Amino acid sequence: MLNLKLAVTTFLLALLIGCASNEVPDPDPTDSTYDAVGSSTDTDVYGNDPLGAGQAIGDDYTAGELTNIIYFDFDSSEVRADFTDVVARHALILANDATIRVRLEGHADERGSREYNIGLGERRAQSVRRMLMIQGASAAQIATVSFGEERPVALGSDEDSWAENRRVEIKYTN
Amino acid sequence: MLRNAIIVGFALCLLASGARGDITVEITKGGVARTPVAVVPFGWTGQPADLPVDIAEVIAADLQRSGRFAPIPEENMLQKPTTGAELDFDDWSFVKAEAVVVGRVVQTGDNAYDVSFQLFDVFRREQLVGYRIPASRGTMRIVAHRAADMIYEKLTGIKGVFATKVAFVTAERDADGQTYRLVVADQDGANETVILQSRDPIMSPAWSPDSRRLAYVSFENDRSSVWVQTLRTGNRIEVSDKPGINGAPSFSPDGRQLALTLGGIDGNLDIHVLDLSTRQTRRLTTHRAIDTEGSWSPDGRYIYFTSDRSGGPQVYRVPASGGTPERVTFEGGYNARPRMSPDGKRLAMVHLDRGNYRIAVMDVRSKELLIVSAGQQDESPSFAPNSDTLIYATRQARNGVLETVTADGLIRQRVSSGQGDVREPVWSPFPRY
Repeated sequence: MLNLKLAVTTFLLALLIGCASNEVPDPDPTDSTYDAVGSSTDTDVYGNDPLGAGQAIGDDYTAGELTNIIYFDFDSSEVRADFTDVVARHALILANDATIRVRLEGHADERGSREYNIGLGERRAQSVRRMLMIQGASAAQIATVSFGEERPVALGSDEDSWAENRRVEIKYTN
Repeated sequence: MLRNAIIVGFALCLLASGARGDITVEITKGGVARTPVAVVPFGWTGQPADLPVDIAEVIAADLQRSGRFAPIPEENMLQKPTTGAELDFDDWSFVKAEAVVVGRVVQTGDNAYDVSFQLFDVFRREQLVGYRIPASRGTMRIVAHRAADMIYEKLTGIKGVFATKVAFVTAERDADGQTYRLVVADQDGANETVILQSRDPIMSPAWSPDSRRLAYVSFENDRSSVWVQTLRTGNRIEVSDKPGINGAPSFSPDGRQLALTLGGIDGNLDIHVLDLSTRQTRRLTTHRAIDTEGSWSPDGRYIYFTSDRSGGPQVYRVPASGGTPERVTFEGGYNARPRMSPDGKRLAMVHLDRGNYRIAVMDVRSKELLIVSAGQQDESPSFAPNSDTLIYATRQARNGVLETVTADGLIRQRVSSGQGDVREPVWSPFPRY
């Protein structure tokens, strides 16, 4: 039973990777497959060509002030399309200098159970971590921590506050 | 470095409870008839000011707070006997008291007292229980709670929990961030003691079965780690500081193992069991989803936990010795932080009920789910050791406050602390004398 399950999962995963491979000519980070595929396979698909991912994003790639905060939708750990540029720019900084270290601090809004929210914050931090690594950062450069709902920036109990609190903060630690 | 300062308190560092603001209790819902009882002021031969604790007041407050009793005001008492021999049952029938407690305190040494009490059934005109307990000034309050426990059990058939404690976390905001405190208090809010203070979050306190230690999560140095602290000495040991998440500790019923959540460098949260003497960890779940909030069944056979392997969080259980997890909850899209009652009959959890996070209690056998709280963001249910009552955190304006509710949902009351955002209450086991 378990083996069958495993076989089916492997098959589905292979299928997914297959799909993703077909889309390599268009390495748009906003493409949904970018987040949807499992972590290790992502690295295989995009990791070989980190520059390609950078170029595809557009002319304003290095323009403007670089924010360190990535916001997330409710109940989601997927990096939103409007933040893929930001993550890519941080990835470039890390890829260009292997001595630079960051800590990704994941956060959740206040709703629900606290330890589960630690899990949600970690999932968001990992989602950013994977994106950074796909684009050339190395695992040794990145640490993650999740504070769950323990360190809110907005104190209200409303949609706006919750949206502000669902975030990953990229902190340069050296 | 200053922001990482950790202050560890221990039992001797009692904060004057009045100074920190006592926890006061107000009843928010009472669905059962309250039995009128009389707790007559205790006899005392010394100066009134020299009596360390007003025993009758403590007992009456305990009974009142249970939601099942209505103590008769002192001014309505027609007589104030201190022994059973002086009792005139007609006087008590007249004021409609169904039970009467009488007692006295006698000083037997410099810091030694005898507290005696007797409980009488007014209708049957007989004694139900009578006891004499030695006390010191320091123990007199807890002796009063023990007396209340015996009286409560005689009258209701349910073991009293008035001599138990509650641990919880508070957070207070200032210009530079927050101060987090791990607090232990008597279950009526007296003797509030800060056992740990930190500028970094403190989470998930869990009692050892002998109520002598607390496990908790600390984020000192910007990473999570699990600690076990001995209350009496303040001595604390870091028992888990693996890469990634270290969270959600829960003692096994024999106190030798700790279920906890480890995330690892890739952030895959799974339930592990840590042997506290060998420091070896054993991985119990392996799913890619979030598996967390493990807690033991009272017989030690299972660990109940939260997992979102099916999409949203649901409660699962896995044999503590290892095996295949099985899903436990099916009602609703969000069920988390399972805690089993000490008698093993009920499972409490956080349940999303039409947009509100509420405390629900599931009958383990029938699987029937009963919502027992009424807030919008209720969390952290924890059973009293008698399995009859739960404590949890709810919101009052922006701050968390504590409430208790009977497992049948009929009697709900607020326990409000004056200091900051109060969260994650956990009820201690029965004390061992």
